Amino acid sequence: MSKFKKKKGGEIPAVNTASLPDIVFMLLFFFMVVTVLRDTNLLVQNQLPKADQVEKLKKDRAVYIYAGKPSSRYQEVFGTEGRIQIGDKYTSIESIGTALEEARRKLLPELQDKVYVALKVDGETNTGLVSDIKQVLRERNLLKIIYITTPGNELSN
Amino acid sequence: MRRATPEVNAGSMADIAFLLLIFFLVTTTIEKDKGIARQLPPIEPPTEAPPLIKEKNLFIVNVNKDDQLLVEDNLMELKDLRQAAIAFLDNGGAPSGSPEYCNYCKGARSPSSSDNPDKAVISVQNDRLTSYKMYIAVQNELVAAYNFLRDREAERLYGWKFTEMNKAINEGSFKGNEDAAKEKLEAIQKLFPLKLSEAEPKTKGQ
Repeated sequence: MSKFKKKKGGEIPAVNTASLPDIVFMLLFFFMVVTVLRDTNLLVQNQLPKADQVEKLKKDRAVYIYAGKPSSRYQEVFGTEGRIQIGDKYTSIESIGTALEEARRKLLPELQDKVYVALKVDGETNTGLVSDIKQVLRERNLLKIIYITTPGNELSN
Repeated sequence: MRRATPEVNAGSMADIAFLLLIFFLVTTTIEKDKGIARQLPPIEPPTEAPPLIKEKNLFIVNVNKDDQLLVEDNLMELKDLRQAAIAFLDNGGAPSGSPEYCNYCKGARSPSSSDNPDKAVISVQNDRLTSYKMYIAVQNELVAAYNFLRDREAERLYGWKFTEMNKAINEGSFKGNEDAAKEKLEAIQKLFPLKLSEAEPKTKGQ
């Protein structure tokens, strides 16, 4: 019954690390694929309000509107009044419509009718600015909107 | 005679890969945007008269420029808003026997509050200077009130929570008959339809 005899000389064999690069590469590719480098450069302060009754946004059919006070490094030029940003530049209320249309055309054609407008608005902004935006969206017949928030609750702190 | 090509030393490959891996680990932000979804009302032709709503079926939430709440003409703290909204929606004040009677309501059945959840409308009025933070907090509390009531009814009728089921279907993690579940979700939504109206904000300082 030598089959079950224990091997003599109980030296621990070295762990074979030959496949380590493969594993690491696999992880590397995973992270390379999921990484999204931020494509829009924020020009406004964007401290989102908190909410917990939320739904998930499907990113492939979303158009983003940012709003808030200009970031501190732009305040000298643009003041501290709330501003709207679409894409990479400030937009005035009147030209939101065309800017949105431009952003919408970048989406997949079959999703263009199901577009969601995602509003990323700073918590310190006046509601008036948001209702101006909503009025323009209604005129443009872009009726599905989503107020992007951060997890949490305004009551608990 | 051909010289044998020397073997490339691949020992440091793992190090290089690790370095890249750590770079991507650090820069990755797996962002998941979440928020409160809303459907805006389409612009109505000006000729149409707005529908008449009885005073008792209307729950008016007023937010002023200093972020103070006035609910049904009483000052209120934000933390009490959810309960007040639940009490209003769940009231079911229509007398039993009438076609508007709400047989699943568990509220106070006060005749001076809403007839049934289908009739009940919550109206939010903001000042232009209300902070967006407060606006979202109010919306959040009102949605929470609806979700609470829908959860309660879903649990009573089907044994699961409305919000959890909705989430599972949206994320695609629901196993089972999706169409049947969606039908049930719609049935629950019909019991407590989301009727949140937003008035055009008044000019500042009023």
